[in-house]
Amino acid sequence: MSDYWNEGDPIADTAAPDGPIETRWERRKFSAKLVNPANRRKLTVIVVGTGLAGGSAAATLAEAGYHVKSYCYQDSPRRAHSIAAQGGINAAKNYRNDGDSIYRLFYDTVKGGDFRARESNVYRLAGVSVNIIDQCVAQGVPFAREYGGLLDNRSFGGTQVSRTFYARGQTGQQLLLGAYQAMERQIGLGNIEMNARHEMLELIVVDGKARGIVVRDMVTGEITTEFADAVVLASGGYGNVFFLSTNAKGCNVTASWRAHRKGALFANPCYTQIHPTCIPESGTHQSKLTLMSESLRNDGRVWVPLSVGDKRAPGDIPEDERDYYLERIYPAFGNLVPRDIASRAAKNVCDEGRGVGPGGLGVYLDFADAIGRLGRKAVEAKYGNLFEMYQRITGEDPYEVPMRIYPAVHYTMGGLWVDYNLQSTIPGLFVIGEANFSDHGANRLGASALMQGLADGYFVLPNTINNYLAAGPFPDISENPAVAEARATVEERITKLLSIDGDRTVDSFHRELGHIMWEYCGMERTEEGLSKAIGLIRGLRDEFWQRVKVPGTGEQLNQNLEKAGRVADFFELAELMCIDALHRRESCGGHFRAESQTADGEALRHDDQFSYVAAWEYATDGGKPTLHKEQLEFEYVHPSTRSYK
Amino acid sequence: MDIQVRVWRQPSSEDSGRMVTYDVKDISPDASFLEMLDVLNEKLILDGDDPIAFDHDCREGICGMCSMVIDGVAHGPERATTTCQLHMRHFKDGDVIDVEPWRAAAFPVIKDLVVDRTAFDKIIQAGGYITAPTGAAPEAHATPVPKKDADLAFEAATCIGCGACVAACPNGSAMLFTAAKVAHLGLMPQGQPERDTRVIDMLQAQDDAGFGGCTNAGECTTVCPKGIPLTLIGRLNSDYRKALRKK
Repeated sequence: MSDYWNEGDPIADTAAPDGPIETRWERRKFSAKLVNPANRRKLTVIVVGTGLAGGSAAATLAEAGYHVKSYCYQDSPRRAHSIAAQGGINAAKNYRNDGDSIYRLFYDTVKGGDFRARESNVYRLAGVSVNIIDQCVAQGVPFAREYGGLLDNRSFGGTQVSRTFYARGQTGQQLLLGAYQAMERQIGLGNIEMNARHEMLELIVVDGKARGIVVRDMVTGEITTEFADAVVLASGGYGNVFFLSTNAKGCNVTASWRAHRKGALFANPCYTQIHPTCIPESGTHQSKLTLMSESLRNDGRVWVPLSVGDKRAPGDIPEDERDYYLERIYPAFGNLVPRDIASRAAKNVCDEGRGVGPGGLGVYLDFADAIGRLGRKAVEAKYGNLFEMYQRITGEDPYEVPMRIYPAVHYTMGGLWVDYNLQSTIPGLFVIGEANFSDHGANRLGASALMQGLADGYFVLPNTINNYLAAGPFPDISENPAVAEARATVEERITKLLSIDGDRTVDSFHRELGHIMWEYCGMERTEEGLSKAIGLIRGLRDEFWQRVKVPGTGEQLNQNLEKAGRVADFFELAELMCIDALHRRESCGGHFRAESQTADGEALRHDDQFSYVAAWEYATDGGKPTLHKEQLEFEYVHPSTRSYK
Repeated sequence: MDIQVRVWRQPSSEDSGRMVTYDVKDISPDASFLEMLDVLNEKLILDGDDPIAFDHDCREGICGMCSMVIDGVAHGPERATTTCQLHMRHFKDGDVIDVEPWRAAAFPVIKDLVVDRTAFDKIIQAGGYITAPTGAAPEAHATPVPKKDADLAFEAATCIGCGACVAACPNGSAMLFTAAKVAHLGLMPQGQPERDTRVIDMLQAQDDAGFGGCTNAGECTTVCPKGIPLTLIGRLNSDYRKALRKK
């Protein structure tokens, strides 16, 4: 028992098959009910979001013959934030003959997730990874190739095999355009009804099943209710709760949060990935942070001055007065240690006063050695666009001066709880991609987000949703009171937001919330800090509902109204994140509790107490959320202490 | 630095618009152009004015959502740079900067600087894909692609679909956008079976959507934030002629 949460029943069933892990997915696919092709067009599936997960799912479901209704807040499905992923996509092809295998990718992912992921899901992910590459190549995705015409691979972010496929620094863009083009083909054929510039604001649940959504047309402001036999959320992660993150400005938690309020459990909300290689903040105007792909760490060396307060220009600091701290502390992995370790190490050296750049919040990522060894041309061929991007933003030339980098919020491993079939605790509500919690545990490995998004959308969901849809089509719900009720909730909320007419902007609240989260629920968390944060968030949330000023009306394009609704949901999520972080009195993956560390400052897990998924139930009466634990079993990869030394 | 912006304000597609002047004070040269507009909007809101609507999302130059004509140039004065990646250090204290939406018949204004670009999606629907339903793919290494072709295809595929090419074109033509997709897919062995129908159907869709014709003015490639080369239009014309002959 706690002041902040209630303890509920454990989660008994994850719907994961048992038996040998190698055949679980095969057996599940075989046991799933199929839907007769002639019946599929009578079944409607709503897909919210058009990133790698949503785009690939919508295209694949439409190809299978289902009637798909797709929604995104951007002006075109091609713009979802998957497009910004730079580095690459993992697949266990073993094209390099370097000892890679499905089992090794599975092993690395479970271990990289710090033993907080479900083995069955991860094994399946590793297994379908090879199909993803085949699929994308067939679509014409222009992956990098070698002179013999075969696909090139690179090693990426903490792995010792080269299993990452890439397209320069624009892998996400190319994969997303592949999914988008498959989607557009289905739109042209009339199998997908595309609704761009539409935002989901509520989930419709009838007789315990997800049956539709309430959406707002962001151009006209019109609110409509949309019905389906199943609803798929592919609405991405919630890193923007921190205000500054590498997410696109529009990324938000609203679709997931509305589903959570309707009964879907939210799992591991505190698991946040802080990415080590981002461009540092430049001032109070900062609206977002930009990631530099961590593939840069393959050739760049991370360092800070040895002595505190050394303000010399980097070129004036001799070699023996530099601290290549990752190479020093982690000789086996060096600059390629996993993201959480690299991030915290950067924070530590900056906390010691050895940080560089404005405010001392930065470390150098230096390419001088690589340029010397490989030549400028080779470095340019590998990283040209990243160097250009860096120069555009900072005005500094990284060929001449080392880059400055600092960690930033990048990805959220937590999300709506799903079972092995990717179904949430609301029957008929499926959650895919970053929006769900599965597969990455407490920490995601580099180049695994693209893999998971496409695995879910192309291969997993289309093979599990049929088992649910086989019971449909479900009865007409247009006259059901739950529909009018869901619609009324949306309308009342919009009216309320517009009526406050206070004296603070939405952004000012969002920025302040972000500061609280970064300070107390960021790279390092403490009991005291988190308790304080919960109080601060509650106070700020109350102030928001009294003082926010949202200009304009609901019947027009109103970007501040959109933002206000999203920030209102971020307030509630932020509190749950802090409660989750507070309850997890251990350090694991991206979650570092200062009270739980080894003598030399490394993360200390407590498998005896915390080897579970924390799935939270929303307190409808405004009371404490209820914790449901899904105990994790490790039959294959036995928990060990991660060591990269 | 202190500047003035003259911004196109248009309440909706039905209303007429006009340029309105605003003072923006004390802007950091490290701020991006969009961050400068954020600062202005915060002030407008607190002053009880309607903030300026503009499209943006990733703010790292890849989603293609941002779309402003700045001082008469699509995406502003810096070459190969989207509006979101344009920084105020490229302007001077005291500058007066004009900010307008994309202007093209096929991209109607929705509000202020926000335009409707669904016409681009229509062009892709007509043939900007390789038909490869999920599950039907052969092993990825079954079809090697010469590195030269793969690299060229990649260059063409970097188009972000922002529409600057259309906004800059005196004819409002989408030729560079269409040519980039035709080249990307046409350079890959996987794209050969549909190569002829693709180019014919996409050009038809382009005409149907109300885009103008190409007269090789070359403005498109000048403003393209990804530097898609004009030569791809030549390639498209060649593909088109070959396809028509075979028809």
